[in-house]
Amino acid sequence: MADEVKLYGLGGSPFVCRVKIALNMKGIKYENFEEDLGNKSADLLKYNPVHKKVPVLVHNGNPISESLVIVEYIDDVWKGLPILPQDPYEKALARFWAKFVDDKCMPAVYKVFGSKGDEQVVAEACEQMQILENELKVKGTKFFGGDNIGLVDIAADFMAYWLGIIEEATEIKFFTKDKFPKLTEWADHFVNCEIVKEILPPREDMVSFFKKRFGKA
Amino acid sequence: MVEELVFVNFWSSPFGCRVKIALEEKGIPYDYKEEDLFNKTSFLSEINPVYNKVPVLVHNGKSICESLNIIEYIDEAWSDRSPSFLPSDPYQRSQARFWADFIDKELYEASKKIYRCKGEEQESGKKELLRILKLVEGELGNKPFFGGDNLGFVDISLIPFYSRFYTWETFGKFSIEEECPNLMAWAKRCSQKESVAKSLVDPIKIYDFIFYLNKYLTK
Repeated sequence: MADEVKLYGLGGSPFVCRVKIALNMKGIKYENFEEDLGNKSADLLKYNPVHKKVPVLVHNGNPISESLVIVEYIDDVWKGLPILPQDPYEKALARFWAKFVDDKCMPAVYKVFGSKGDEQVVAEACEQMQILENELKVKGTKFFGGDNIGLVDIAADFMAYWLGIIEEATEIKFFTKDKFPKLTEWADHFVNCEIVKEILPPREDMVSFFKKRFGKA
Repeated sequence: MVEELVFVNFWSSPFGCRVKIALEEKGIPYDYKEEDLFNKTSFLSEINPVYNKVPVLVHNGKSICESLNIIEYIDEAWSDRSPSFLPSDPYQRSQARFWADFIDKELYEASKKIYRCKGEEQESGKKELLRILKLVEGELGNKPFFGGDNLGFVDISLIPFYSRFYTWETFGKFSIEEECPNLMAWAKRCSQKESVAKSLVDPIKIYDFIFYLNKYLTK
């Protein structure tokens, strides 16, 4: 029986892109439904009644929500490039760092742009990013997942791609090679992976979107 | 090989309680270390350098942090011991993770508003909490447990908060039994289980603790 895979999302969302990267790693074909967040489809509301958010993956009629839950599901169901390690301890570490990115890094970084680059807010964001930088230094590998991308790299897609874009759009810069030599190098490698490059939204579109979003257009 | 397992916790933590239930359910022997959250040791900052929080599980010198993460680790590292907390079916597994994540993200924050705030903010906390509890009750449906016939991942994630029902009801002036009778029945059913009975903190102790902590924080 052929698998029916649908993804309800938004091309420009880093959360949606996490799922697209995971599907790409497994070579899964899917039907993409682009949502208008100002006018959410009946399907989206039916499939994610709790959060009413994207992404939602619907596999043979079964909906799954929350990007990291979806990514683990994809790894559970399909063979192909592994997303999580096999060893229980290594898996626990991967989950810990993915959650750290979600809970601490991303909100701290995003706050910078909302605050128009307030010094204190920038310092707090850099503090969280320094923790990631140190983790990568200690690991000594190309990616958080080792030689290949894994759960943590996928979770941190915002840092690798959107962060630089929003910096350009708002002219607030703090993610520098100087301060974050490992992380900036990692970001470069990540966005240039074929599997990732294929699904990232066009840079110019994103820059103009964020220029409007942060009142710079 | 002799396993070395240390469970580091603070007695009132609902997150630590989750870990205790998981260890007790699988009958895994462990050493317990109580951290005083008002006087944290350097040991805690060594085993949890990122957050400096409890609970932490240290297994043969390796530390695992974040309670839901710890439960999944226990399930996987002791997969030879029953029961399994996560379902074997990938879709059911994803749903268990979704609901545990939902509880983690929303419940604790909403509940804090009930006992830390007054007036409109407290009211909004109460509304939010009831919304969350009703959604979760809906997910339970007619099942005895979220995990089906036995305690599962979602049950373990949620049941520690049963110790806080009294606190929420007293501060918020409402009855969870009235608002969510099925959930209340589930909570009572869970607390019949030995692992849960052993691990749940006395609700009055929790109330006193929160009451005095509030006074201390709002000084």
